[in-house]
Amino acid sequence: MSGHATYQPQNGFMKWLERRLPIGGLVYSSFIAYPTPRNLNYWWTFGGILTFMLGVQIVTGIVLAMHYTPHVDYAFNSVEGIMRDVPFGWLLRYVHANGAAFFFAAVYMHMARGMYYGSYKEPREVLWILGVILFLLMVATGFMGYVLPWGQMSFWAATVITNLFSAIPLVGDPIVSWLWGGFAVGDPTLNRFFSLHYLLPFVIAGVVVLHIWALHVVGQNNPTGVDAKDEKDTVAFTPYATVKDAFFVSLFCIVYAWFVFFIPNYLGHSDNYIMANPGQTPNHIVPEWYYLPFYAILRAIPNKLAGVCALGGAIVVLAFLPWLDTSRVRSANYRPLYRQFLYIFFAAVVGLGYLGSQEPTGGYVIAARLLTIYYFGFFFVILPLLGLLETTKPLPNSISESILSKSAAASSPSGAKV
Amino acid sequence: MTLSRIIMSRIIVRSAAALAVALVFSVVVVQAARAQDSEPEAPTRQHWSFHGAFGSYDPAQLQRGFKVYKEVCSNCHSLKLIAFRNLADPGGPDFSEAQAQAIASGYQVTDGPNDQGQMFQRPGRLADAFPPPFANDNAARAALGGALPPDMSVLAKARGYEWGFPWFILDAFTQYQEDGPDYIHALMTGYTDPPKGVTLPPGAQYNKYFLGHAIGMPKPLSDGQVEYTDGTPATVDQYGRDVAAFLMWAAEPSLDARHRLGFQVMIYLIVLAGLLYFTKKKVWYDVAH
Repeated sequence: MSGHATYQPQNGFMKWLERRLPIGGLVYSSFIAYPTPRNLNYWWTFGGILTFMLGVQIVTGIVLAMHYTPHVDYAFNSVEGIMRDVPFGWLLRYVHANGAAFFFAAVYMHMARGMYYGSYKEPREVLWILGVILFLLMVATGFMGYVLPWGQMSFWAATVITNLFSAIPLVGDPIVSWLWGGFAVGDPTLNRFFSLHYLLPFVIAGVVVLHIWALHVVGQNNPTGVDAKDEKDTVAFTPYATVKDAFFVSLFCIVYAWFVFFIPNYLGHSDNYIMANPGQTPNHIVPEWYYLPFYAILRAIPNKLAGVCALGGAIVVLAFLPWLDTSRVRSANYRPLYRQFLYIFFAAVVGLGYLGSQEPTGGYVIAARLLTIYYFGFFFVILPLLGLLETTKPLPNSISESILSKSAAASSPSGAKV
Repeated sequence: MTLSRIIMSRIIVRSAAALAVALVFSVVVVQAARAQDSEPEAPTRQHWSFHGAFGSYDPAQLQRGFKVYKEVCSNCHSLKLIAFRNLADPGGPDFSEAQAQAIASGYQVTDGPNDQGQMFQRPGRLADAFPPPFANDNAARAALGGALPPDMSVLAKARGYEWGFPWFILDAFTQYQEDGPDYIHALMTGYTDPPKGVTLPPGAQYNKYFLGHAIGMPKPLSDGQVEYTDGTPATVDQYGRDVAAFLMWAAEPSLDARHRLGFQVMIYLIVLAGLLYFTKKKVWYDVAH
């Protein structure tokens, strides 16, 4: 942190506190003086957006929990009670339900940015793995939250997902009854899901602290993938990064508010407004959109155990990304082939998402299988080989050099323009 | 090195092409399969006063829809989550409190137990929910030949139609969320004679918008059945639209408040984003990045 003055408490109370608990210094060095690469683009604002969304989900969730009844006979109607009789209850619920979707949208953007700019590479492996853990925790939290309104999709999603564990040889069935707390998804299941749904966000918050800690040890990556070398490459976190984050959070909130206020049920499924009925299977069980790519991978594989392994593997493989990618160049801007394969990978994930929402018949199954092969092929074949075969573009010597050459190229044809 | 690059780019082109072909093929196959079986017809989209950011319920329409519900639907369908007081809530059918009270007292509600330990009947009050037409689900099934009429409290949000690509994307921009009311209106108007070669199970009717087409509910509405006093045409088409609007209000009573607050929040956020944009420009003014 050279070049930045260390924290000097101004008033008497902060001086007194700083000698006993140097929290002012911690905040100052982490969120004010912290040097951040000056060439970060808006893809780097999703970390701030995710922190904001975690806060929104925790605050709305705590208030919702005050009005919610985790019992199979009352859960559905208690949610409707929130919608009808709690002042602004409809707002809390729609902010929370759509908040989950926007939380996932932001985390996918954040992960895509990490993959594009090679943010998982040395020395950021632990930072990346903490991110994968956060994603897994989010998946679990989101799934259990979806069960709580106790609609038809809630109930049948819980049934389908918990039943996946029955694929485990020998101990599968006992594990499933243990998860259920009975012999079917029922009241004990709903209660433990509620309990865990309340617990896990605080676990997430804890891991977020580790994630940010690890980030502040190794420093942020940047679009060139070249390490920041001196203060010419960086700016102070405040005001430069804070104002940029705040601007983009406000844009994000405009889209979020569009959904909350004008199309709050667009991302949900109409069947979830039917109270859970164990005696009646919905026509077509689909998870929330943010799980669809993984659901498509599960269904693409004809063997149940293999499908479950592929489903889990599709997420766990991300943790091994730092070692599967053999290239030493971080940013895809300097890796022309990787960039193309990565775009196809993103398209394949979107395609899997679409296929996951359709019924698994005929051509849809074939397409899902091809895309699943590409998904895993990308990690296990393409990434290891590319590092050996690819000719990368020359890297700039430093961040400031890349900025200078960029602004020179931009200003030469049309005169000086900032 | 150049050779490997050429091979690589060929692999990329081929894999992209293969994926594209697979997707097109699969869509064609499924569309073809879909056309053959007994999928329900797509409902016709109606004009709803409550559609879009500036939409709000039409109280006159909700009152007509309530009349259709009260005189026809409520013979079999419960409305358990709606209280009589809700009829006088702002953003609803706009009944006065006295009117809502009068409607409530027209119903008999089971209360108790009293001091003698007996359940008893009394006229409804504002705080009571609409009493269900049957004591329980089994009583409904027994009276209606095995069919169970669903509760109508959230029915308009519990039904819909999947338009598929590209509509599901466009609808996010046009704010179209009225598939539930569209479906209810369509169902009211969708009773026809079964096509040749289609045999229905005993007691079932043919409805072209119902999944599987065999619906347990007999045709509930016919022209002129419910008397309208405001000159609105007394047709099945109009009844269907009015009752669908009423059920949408029942399912989403806070819609008017939501749209109003949403507009204010949008203005706030757009101004905030604008101010932050210029603040950001100012802060970064002399920083090359």
